[in-house]
Amino acid sequence: MISFIRFADNLSAWFGKSFAWLILLMSLGTGYEVFVRYVMNNPTAWALDVSFIMYGTLFMMGGAYTLSRGGHVRGDFLYRLLQPKTQGKIDLVLYLIFFFPGVTALILSGWKYAARSWQYGEVSVNSPAGVPIYQFKAVIVAAGILLFIQGIAQVCRCIIAIRDNYWLEADEDVFETEDLLMQEANKAEKDHIT
Amino acid sequence: MTDPQIALMMLGLFIIFVFLGFPIAFTLMAMGIGFGYYAYFDARRMWRGFDRLDETAGQWEQWSTWFEGFYNNRIFDLFVNQTFTVMSNEVLTAVPLFLFMGYIVERSNIVDRLFTTLNVASKNIPGSMGVAALITCALFATATGIVGAVVTLMGLLALPAMLKARYDPSFAAGIICAGGTLGILIPPSIMLIVYAAATNVSIVRLYAAALLPGFTLVGLYLVYIIGRSILQPSSAPRPTDDEVPDVPMGKLILMIVTSFVPLAFLIFAVLGSILFGLATPTEAASIGALGGIFLAFTYRAMTWQRMRESVYLTLRTTAMVSWLFVGSYTFSAVFSYLGGEHVISEFVQSLDLTPIQFLILAQLIIFLLGWPLEWSEIIIIFVPIFLPLLAVFDIDPLFFGILVALNLQTSFLTPPMAMSAYYLKGIAPPELRLTQIFAGVMPFLFCVILSMVLMYVFPSIVFYLPELFYGP
Repeated sequence: MISFIRFADNLSAWFGKSFAWLILLMSLGTGYEVFVRYVMNNPTAWALDVSFIMYGTLFMMGGAYTLSRGGHVRGDFLYRLLQPKTQGKIDLVLYLIFFFPGVTALILSGWKYAARSWQYGEVSVNSPAGVPIYQFKAVIVAAGILLFIQGIAQVCRCIIAIRDNYWLEADEDVFETEDLLMQEANKAEKDHIT
Repeated sequence: MTDPQIALMMLGLFIIFVFLGFPIAFTLMAMGIGFGYYAYFDARRMWRGFDRLDETAGQWEQWSTWFEGFYNNRIFDLFVNQTFTVMSNEVLTAVPLFLFMGYIVERSNIVDRLFTTLNVASKNIPGSMGVAALITCALFATATGIVGAVVTLMGLLALPAMLKARYDPSFAAGIICAGGTLGILIPPSIMLIVYAAATNVSIVRLYAAALLPGFTLVGLYLVYIIGRSILQPSSAPRPTDDEVPDVPMGKLILMIVTSFVPLAFLIFAVLGSILFGLATPTEAASIGALGGIFLAFTYRAMTWQRMRESVYLTLRTTAMVSWLFVGSYTFSAVFSYLGGEHVISEFVQSLDLTPIQFLILAQLIIFLLGWPLEWSEIIIIFVPIFLPLLAVFDIDPLFFGILVALNLQTSFLTPPMAMSAYYLKGIAPPELRLTQIFAGVMPFLFCVILSMVLMYVFPSIVFYLPELFYGP
């Protein structure tokens, strides 16, 4: 079970992190558009389409990674007071009745939606450049599959939490500045006492 | 039960489910799909495939067609369509770029330079360190827009300095918490983009409208800090030459040019190009991100590790906000299909409120929602519910948005989910108690409420700039 959780975490992280670099591409691409418009006086026809394709792909492919690292916002002011055991029970039930139906719908209907678009090689209507967007619609299916796999891992996490009363955290290599600083302060305080 | 009653039940159940602490994006998605399945239920459509089967169909085929019938509901198409609407939203494309800019600027070591410089520059005014801390917070928060980072970085930098200069601890803590929270209000703030995407108000007009209210709030904060320092000098003593050295004019100017000017220029370039219509917010944000990277390089703060952090954190925060939108678009489509909006609007009209009463009630509800929830949830989920009511009372959604943005400052400062106070507590010396922080924050909360009253009494603070730039 633990090895499956690790596998799913790594899979989600691999996809999430790879697609995260789109942000750099997005900055450069949009910056390039501004540059050619004002300096070369020759705006591109594709910049708008490309920027939302990158944005959409970025956040869809990052959904599972964010889930694995507990990044989706929760209304947790009561939840955080509970024992991991109880949290696990609540989460387990809600993953089964809330999470999986939606994500399954994302895969199946997304498939239908993307397949239709794929058949006639749909292009964006926003500009005459004809930027293809059928592959962009397929992202819905890919994101759904990643979320589904990560969801199974989350269910395993809940089972471990119920059994052993602790949350098996995913490996972290990046932190928000505030979390990092608070960890350091916490550690310094402990060192001070001992 | 009639459909509108079902819609109200949907909203009620959702509010209960939120407090179970499950990721809200998926709760919304599930409620939308679940109630949508009922709303779009069509038995004929469902069994069409099964009825058409001829006698010769095998058992397996019968079963699979029967099973597929359950899946034959328009809600699933709606759901995917709404997902795609979020994916191709032109306004939201600015979110990751501004986040990226924020994460980069946050890691560019600019904040200590800025605070040192402002400290020296403001040395001769009363409450100088408090003023320097607030202005540093405001500028840094404007550039990054990430509250937690501003509060913790400033808490480690300015709080010890102020405590050492014998500032009243609770006063010092209040300044940092209130200053750090400004980033969600002053443009280019991410919260306003999210509000624009949730309500279809023009983001450019919103930015223009938020500028003067943002300055008003900073001004009120400054008046309070300086006023208190004059009336009660013991709470904000003048720093000794040891704590803040006197610096010759030439060196001070150099310090300002290397710390204050680049950041101010970056903010001005981003904001100016949006306001003067030279670039869309998305384009301006990408320029801001590239400018931030350049700034970090010149400060020799750009490392491979920091770049990776910024990229990955941008992804996570973008995914958090955007999936919330995916859930909420689905939820609200079903909610209004069932007639929920209509029934709420009828109910509020039956209360016979005057516009001002309605405005106060709406802001009070948002204020209360800010206790347990964060701004992203409030704006993406609850503001759209108020939206149809605004037309009834003839309130401009632009004006309402600015009031909400001011109001949500409080959601970071009021318990039980006072994130700013918790961040500060997390890094402050243990002697600083949470109650002291809350006590210090209290006067700033009054400033927020006062600023909202000012907006109501003088609406031109909100409308002047957007009308000047873009006409009425």
